[in-house]
Amino acid sequence: MQKALQYPGTSRVDHQLIAEMVEPGSRVLDVGCGDGALLQLLAETKNTDGRGVELSREKVNACVMRGLSVIQGDADRDLADYPDQAFDYAILSLTIQATRQPKTVLENLLRIGHRAIVSFPNFGHWRIRTELLLTGRMPRTRNLPEPWYTTADAHLCTIKDFVDLVALIDAEVEQAVAFNTSGQRLPIRKSISLQNLLGEKAVFLLRKRGAG
Amino acid sequence: MSVPPNFANTDTGSGSCQRLTEANNPSSKVLRLPQDQPLRLACDQLLAPISIAYETYGELNADKSNAILVCHALTGDQYVASEHPVTKKPGWWSTLVGPGKPVDTNRYFVICSNILGGCMGSTGPASIDPATGKPYGLNFPVITIGDMVNAQVRLIDHFGIDQLFSVVGGSMGGMQVLEWAASHSERVFSAVPIATAPRHSSQNIAFHEVGRQAVMADPDWCGGDYHSHGKVPRNGLSVARMAAHITYLSEDALHHKFGRNLQNRSQLTFSFNADFQVESYLRHQGSTFVDRFDANSYLYITRAMDYFDLGASRGDVLANAFRGTKTRFCVVSFTSDWLYPTRESRAIVHALNAVAANVSFVEIDSDKGHDAFLLKEPEFFATIHGFLSSAGVKRGLKV
Repeated sequence: MQKALQYPGTSRVDHQLIAEMVEPGSRVLDVGCGDGALLQLLAETKNTDGRGVELSREKVNACVMRGLSVIQGDADRDLADYPDQAFDYAILSLTIQATRQPKTVLENLLRIGHRAIVSFPNFGHWRIRTELLLTGRMPRTRNLPEPWYTTADAHLCTIKDFVDLVALIDAEVEQAVAFNTSGQRLPIRKSISLQNLLGEKAVFLLRKRGAG
Repeated sequence: MSVPPNFANTDTGSGSCQRLTEANNPSSKVLRLPQDQPLRLACDQLLAPISIAYETYGELNADKSNAILVCHALTGDQYVASEHPVTKKPGWWSTLVGPGKPVDTNRYFVICSNILGGCMGSTGPASIDPATGKPYGLNFPVITIGDMVNAQVRLIDHFGIDQLFSVVGGSMGGMQVLEWAASHSERVFSAVPIATAPRHSSQNIAFHEVGRQAVMADPDWCGGDYHSHGKVPRNGLSVARMAAHITYLSEDALHHKFGRNLQNRSQLTFSFNADFQVESYLRHQGSTFVDRFDANSYLYITRAMDYFDLGASRGDVLANAFRGTKTRFCVVSFTSDWLYPTRESRAIVHALNAVAANVSFVEIDSDKGHDAFLLKEPEFFATIHGFLSSAGVKRGLKV
């Protein structure tokens, strides 16, 4: 659950979108909250009642010193503790690819939260495809700097893969947006092939099928 | 105990005498609850009259919203941030509590009371039993952490405080924090249980039993009636303290501090004298402890800790203790604490998560063992400061 991916200069665009998705005054659980930047943004702009879970002890301590309610924990292990529908939103930002059981984690998010917001790096991005095609080796881009044998990102996926998983666990997409390398939004609707090619990362707002 | 440390020649006079004075006429403030306001204890006995000795620091604000109750550990007392009347040492948490400190007495009104069963002025086994005119000794009822907290509730009532801004404590103090949060949650805005556990482990009960048996094996204990015989079970209580003190440290801390260094000598003496520095250190810890602490209090308080099990009376589900809580929690543990290891704090956090409580949890990296909570650990202090400051904003306290 280590937040291995960094997107310098563009980290705010997905936070900004998530802040737009979240209703004011709602209860939010940010899993893999890092230094708490998103929790802080949501508290300041949407007056949320926020909690965080973060693996790195240093980052947890930094969050608590800033007055955020954050515990040291692990998405794979600790989400099972939370009761059903305890939060309005359960957020997993740029973390799902580093979990051991992405499907279970996603199911837990949709159990704990009325809605889940998940962002992830898109392995279908054209640069990654090109690098694999041309070099024949695992892509290492500015966003994926680690070699395959040290990266925590064991479960990378494409936007199409993610949409399949959402269908598999009987969830539905309320809103989905991809971001290109410049941070521009590419809304994801019926056809996703272009977004899957141009999107460097994506943000999905999900809910259980049939839920209000 | 075939080889007791050599305390027999040390002074048994002034320290013990002053300690007895503090037990019945403490230097601190005292709340006296009369005979007609008894405390119903967990053992179903009524205890009265009751004295609660306490100290306060800072000013209570007009709407009484800035009060922090600090709960002390097994051998602590009400002198959290002021000089101890017997040892003349600074307050046991004066690094954390004071003007401009993480628990800032310029901002908060800090209350610290000697626990029920203690020996620094609150009613305990060294207090005079009004029925006999002699110290209670073993006639004192066995008390629990819940009983200690119920006595503190009387003190908070006395101040007219509806809701404490925070309850803060480490080790047994942390047990009191949890008890407050579980049994009086509406009166606790925020809670900071530090280096503690939701129930006392088998290993910790075992250590306490060793300590109690050391005290009771000392002939000077006199079946608990040593006051009447003008004696003090010095050897027994010293050994209890020495054994306990080891559990407060860590192997690394002991190794770094003492190694196998010899005490004021260049070679082994082939005797049972304190050849090693670590032996000398422990003997010192033991003997100074006897001067300030009552042996029967040690028995009663360790028993109260052994009996502590927050989930037991709640269907054995710890989460039931916190159901519906609005209290904001900050749980803290230390990496090298093997007496109250991080997994105990994690059990508290899991229970709080299970009821979707507002909880922060920080594990502080330290090699100082359980004692770390009493020491100046910058990361720990920053955590306490950050948590209380943000809780203060939520509580509407002026910055």
